[in-house]
Amino acid sequence: MLAYLSARLCSLALSLLLIAFAPPALAGPFEDGVAKFANDDYSDTEEAIGVVAGSGNPLAFPIISALQDGRLMADPDSKKVYVTGTDGKSIDAATGQPVASVPDSASAVRLNNRLRRSVDAAVGGLTLQSPDVGTRLQAAQSVFKSHEETALEAVDAALAKETSRSVKTALGEARAAILLFKADASEVEKLEAVATLKVRGDQEVMALLTGLGDQPPSVTKAAASAIGSIQSSLAIWSMVQNAWYGLSLGSVLLLAAIGLAITFGVMGVINMAHGEMVMIGAYTTFVVQEVIRTRYPGLFDYSLLIAVPLAFVVAGAIGVLIERSIIRFLYGRPLETLLATWGLSLVLQQAVRTMFGPTNREVGNPSWMSGAFEFGQITITYNRLWILVFTLAVFAILLAMLRYTALGLEMRAVTQNRRMAASMGIATSRVDALTFGLGSGIAGIAGVALSQIDNVSPNLGQSYVIDSFMVVVFGGVGNLWGTLVGAFTLGIANKFLEPVAGAVLGKIAILVLIILFIQKRPRGLFALKGRAVEA
Amino acid sequence: MTPHMLTRSLDRSATIFLAVVAACGILIPLSNLLLPAGSFLQVPTYLVALWGKYVCYAILALAIDLIWGYCGILSLGHGAFFALGGYAMGMYLMRQIGSRGVYGNPILPDFMVFLNYSKLPWYWYGFDMFWFAALMVLVVPGLLAFCFGWLAFRSRVTGVYLSIITQAMTYALLLAFFRNDFGFGGNNGLTDFKDILGFNVQAEGTRAALFALSCLALIVCFLICRAIVSSKLGKVLIAVRDAESRTRFLGYRVESYKLFVFTVSACMAGVAGALYVPQVGIINPSEFAPGNSIEAVIWVAVGGRGTLVGAALGAVVVNYAKTFFTSGMLAPYWLFMLGALFILVTLLLPKGIVGTFNTWWDSSKEKRNAATLASAAAEDGVIEPKMAE
Repeated sequence: MLAYLSARLCSLALSLLLIAFAPPALAGPFEDGVAKFANDDYSDTEEAIGVVAGSGNPLAFPIISALQDGRLMADPDSKKVYVTGTDGKSIDAATGQPVASVPDSASAVRLNNRLRRSVDAAVGGLTLQSPDVGTRLQAAQSVFKSHEETALEAVDAALAKETSRSVKTALGEARAAILLFKADASEVEKLEAVATLKVRGDQEVMALLTGLGDQPPSVTKAAASAIGSIQSSLAIWSMVQNAWYGLSLGSVLLLAAIGLAITFGVMGVINMAHGEMVMIGAYTTFVVQEVIRTRYPGLFDYSLLIAVPLAFVVAGAIGVLIERSIIRFLYGRPLETLLATWGLSLVLQQAVRTMFGPTNREVGNPSWMSGAFEFGQITITYNRLWILVFTLAVFAILLAMLRYTALGLEMRAVTQNRRMAASMGIATSRVDALTFGLGSGIAGIAGVALSQIDNVSPNLGQSYVIDSFMVVVFGGVGNLWGTLVGAFTLGIANKFLEPVAGAVLGKIAILVLIILFIQKRPRGLFALKGRAVEA
Repeated sequence: MTPHMLTRSLDRSATIFLAVVAACGILIPLSNLLLPAGSFLQVPTYLVALWGKYVCYAILALAIDLIWGYCGILSLGHGAFFALGGYAMGMYLMRQIGSRGVYGNPILPDFMVFLNYSKLPWYWYGFDMFWFAALMVLVVPGLLAFCFGWLAFRSRVTGVYLSIITQAMTYALLLAFFRNDFGFGGNNGLTDFKDILGFNVQAEGTRAALFALSCLALIVCFLICRAIVSSKLGKVLIAVRDAESRTRFLGYRVESYKLFVFTVSACMAGVAGALYVPQVGIINPSEFAPGNSIEAVIWVAVGGRGTLVGAALGAVVVNYAKTFFTSGMLAPYWLFMLGALFILVTLLLPKGIVGTFNTWWDSSKEKRNAATLASAAAEDGVIEPKMAE
């Protein structure tokens, strides 16, 4: 207890001392250094940066970071230097005393590119020992980028004290980068540095190693081999990244198409208003979030969990209504169904436009859907990941529903042989309505997920309807697995074509490929066989 | 076509239709040019251009009716052929601007100068000559339709599958034409036209002549369609529509028939587009939008598929309604009306206006005939035998 108290007292005394002595301190090396900023001479400024950064003075960080942002004002007449805060208040750089206003004769201390690099390095060095792990990591990375020789000492000092593993690695890499560019570093040190950097192996290291300049032959050789191995690993990572983007796009396509696979694939109804069901789901999410924002702000993180069942019910109910009022009169006339549902999509779009306005509505990401994490050399955002998981879950539930529930059994029976099913006592018209409602409800759920990554506007659905049809037709009508494979194949193919051909040409290429593919296999990848198909 | 074939193939509605189109094609330009402006019977120039647009749409509708009404091919990509024909004409009109553009380059159109093109892309060669552009108006849509149809019909892609891939085709073209480096003006398309064959596009005389030409094209296209559908070829097409497999088993090469009629139809759509562009003054990628093609299909459905006259009538009626409703205070409700039109026509009026009218007319004529027969029979004292149900 006593020891604790004395420790507290000591620290209190220390801070008192700081407060008491720092401001009116006599002219020392720190103050001289600060005054050099006022000379408006690049070499003086560089010297000043070195002195201030190495002084250990608590004002060093504010001064250097003000210099970095162009907020360090110097008055050439009085040789006084001021730090203007981001809040507009200013302090005297040498003493830390607040000043009422900076004199008009003062101007921002100028920097050139060389100085800017040493400023960056100095900021890096100053924050290398910050108590916050994130700040230290950032500082180490900024030193890595600038790799100024001046920062070497600071890095070494920080490295000795560092306890966090990730920061330690980053510091090691920063040190290696510095050594590699240090003219008087030994060959062994440089070789070690190359080896350290090779382990990191990302785009920045590539840039570093290719711009190495004059080096001993052994180092050049090691760097060349490191570049080679990094290049091949980067190529693999870029494949992995494309594959991930492809999976992500595929999951979006699958989500949009899965409801269509029911209405078009299983029932054979061409529902051009499918996209509008997706849109209705997205607007349901918007309404749920609005209610939560105004009434129960604490529930915001659960908004999507509330919106999913609600969107299913809303879109499903509209689907049943559509089936009962329009589509049931058009069974067996697919082309007429297409036209009527297209008209319906216009009506729904315009209705939403009238109710919610034509502009994009804001739908927020809950905290667990925002942000990203690093996986090797690629960044994975949580919303994309959750959508992939969600899509697969919806797919699995749907598959299980069709396989194991009574309704699923009836649906399959009606699809395979309507008249026989009716003879067995299945109310076919009720099953039709429910199947259509199910497909529409799933489209509504898709809308909830898509509201997280796309603009929620009345046109939301239109952008998905053609893609969805492509997926279902490509995968094979009447087969949910075909839809799954079709969606992921198209998604991945699209993302692998994009870097080669560009986004738009890639998409055009995919459309042309699908058109050609349908010529070869008019009934898709996984075609149903047998006489039922021809009916 | 012999005069005999002509008279044989023309029925009542076709005769009325041709007479009305011919009368419009002659009277409207004459009234526009000869009568003093502001007089009661004078048709103002803006109306001439507007009706010219409708006539072009009517040609497009005819093209769609030829394949949908008589061969059962529902193309959701006919807007693409229309737009391609329009672009061919637009390219000719762009080359005619010459050095009068904003940048004054004698060879390159303005957008190419703007996008730093150093020379004309190869596919723009020849479009400074009218005959070449006119040929391309037929060849480009025809060739695309031929290749597309050859692939699709040979592998027996039918029904909705065909509809969806035609939609994919026009969607792909839409994306392609939006690109600046595709060489067709990107988003803005081709516009700011000056001359056609040396006449100012904006001049009243040119507009009137274009209107008359459009009416002439409508008449020619109509006669071609009539000739096709009333020939033996047309009977085979109807057989394909109603029972494709059976027709094939009877020994007809179904795909050749379909391919022929699909290509002819695409050429007609191209002509419609080519006449449309100088009257509207612009062609841009939005003409490729899938929605446009579907809208064109609904014109045919409203007028009555498989009647030809109905298709043209539907195009004019729907577009007149569109102009009427989108310009007034009812504008926000136009999409509701258009959507409702799609739904109601398919549900309640599956034969369209002309089809329903024909059915009604025929049945009432039958009734009248039956009544006269019955009264004649009664006078003769013969009792008509009851038909077995």
